[in-house]
Amino acid sequence: MMMATGSAAPLFSVRGLTKRYGARIGCADVGFDLFPGEVMGIVGESGSGKSTLLNCLAGHLVPDAGKVIFDTRTDGPRDTLTMSEPERRMLARTDWAFVHQNPRDGLRMGVSAGGNVGERLMAVGARNYGAIRATALDWLGRVEIAADRIDDRPSGFSGGMQQRLQIARNLVTGPRLVFMDEPTGGLDVSVQARLLDLLRGLVREMGLSAIIVTHDLAVVRLLADRLMVMKGGHVVEQGLTDQVLDDPQHAYTQLLVSSVLQV
Amino acid sequence: MIRVENLHKSFTLHNQGGAVIPVMAGASFSVAPGECVALIGSSGAGKSTLMRMIWGNYLAASGHILVGDTDVAAAEPREILVLRRATLGYVSQFLRVVPRVPTIDVVAEPLRVLGVPAELARARAADLLTRLRIPERLWALSPTTFSGGEQQRVNIARGFAHAYPAMLLDEPTASLDAANRETVLGLIEEAKARGAAIVGIFHDEAARARVADREIDVAAFTPRPA
Repeated sequence: MMMATGSAAPLFSVRGLTKRYGARIGCADVGFDLFPGEVMGIVGESGSGKSTLLNCLAGHLVPDAGKVIFDTRTDGPRDTLTMSEPERRMLARTDWAFVHQNPRDGLRMGVSAGGNVGERLMAVGARNYGAIRATALDWLGRVEIAADRIDDRPSGFSGGMQQRLQIARNLVTGPRLVFMDEPTGGLDVSVQARLLDLLRGLVREMGLSAIIVTHDLAVVRLLADRLMVMKGGHVVEQGLTDQVLDDPQHAYTQLLVSSVLQV
Repeated sequence: MIRVENLHKSFTLHNQGGAVIPVMAGASFSVAPGECVALIGSSGAGKSTLMRMIWGNYLAASGHILVGDTDVAAAEPREILVLRRATLGYVSQFLRVVPRVPTIDVVAEPLRVLGVPAELARARAADLLTRLRIPERLWALSPTTFSGGEQQRVNIARGFAHAYPAMLLDEPTASLDAANRETVLGLIEEAKARGAAIVGIFHDEAARARVADREIDVAAFTPRPA
């Protein structure tokens, strides 16, 4: 998107990332560079290892081997796997964000909508109540949640609203890298479209880099600059999104693309 | 501006017994700034394949595709993204957009991505939509609900929003009425006049005769059966 190219250094570099569950492979020898402003999609069928990979990248799972290097604001490129736990937690609260498929996993359901957004600000040191509430209000507006819902709990929201609230909660701290796990999964088609439009706008305006796991090829066509195809824990193909979808080289990708009605 | 050198391409169909279908061999040609070259040849001869290889959504087996300083056949995805943002435009036959986005923003988007302020980008979009006779009351609606001809015109407006130095046009006048066809031919002539290098596919022979400076018969690049 807008800033995809300005800087020559990758924001995020992954090398030889491997995760096993006993004898079974979660993901094996995954490597890629993600540059500032780039959006990468990861597709594959259930069990292909895409969620395992995303969770290893985001620090939710500990891989067995590999490097996950992030270009930190203060210290430059650092391997997040060898960071201390507090450092990694700080990263997860500031420069990183994680949007779960199920908004219930990313929201605090017993806390008001405004509180959900404000909480993340407070976690990075914001203390002024008025300023926090104003920022929360601004973000609710950006994700198209009416201002008069600020004191309502998300448990009373529709699925699409909950997902938009989760996005506001995640992006309010101005992260540079967002992980998304099936962000439009489980939503009605019309709600999906609204969310796609919203995500695309936010990614462009904020110059975000993002890694999006999905099984929906139409979603990656619209959101992702680049695409990675996984099967059995291995990356079988990666490249420019429209190249991988229009001229797939690997047998599995050809099967995947030809199995869809229209992408 | 565009230089294709000794380009080869084949498709391997893994799910059909690994059949390898050679589709292009030794394609070479170049297009100068301000020049429009029409690809001709019978259906299936490889016109669209060649155009997609220049756009970069079809991989080349070997050879070079230079657009400006970028070799599309060898470039990294992000280099191709940069090329597409500022240098190489493509008017395809299909409009692919995020549902729900207003037509005016769909057309303004290529400029917004380049950092043009919203007001300016929208003004340019409005100008193009007006010239292409999309009624103003439709601008706030998503083009996904429009007729085929209207979608085609939105697609053309989007493709011409930014003054790309190189452009690919796939049947730009197909399914247009006489007045809109005239507008599109005018846009192509303006693009040539400002120095754009254009590769086009035109089944509309009169249109081709008017805007194309040269024709290239892709049959010359069809691999001979072994």
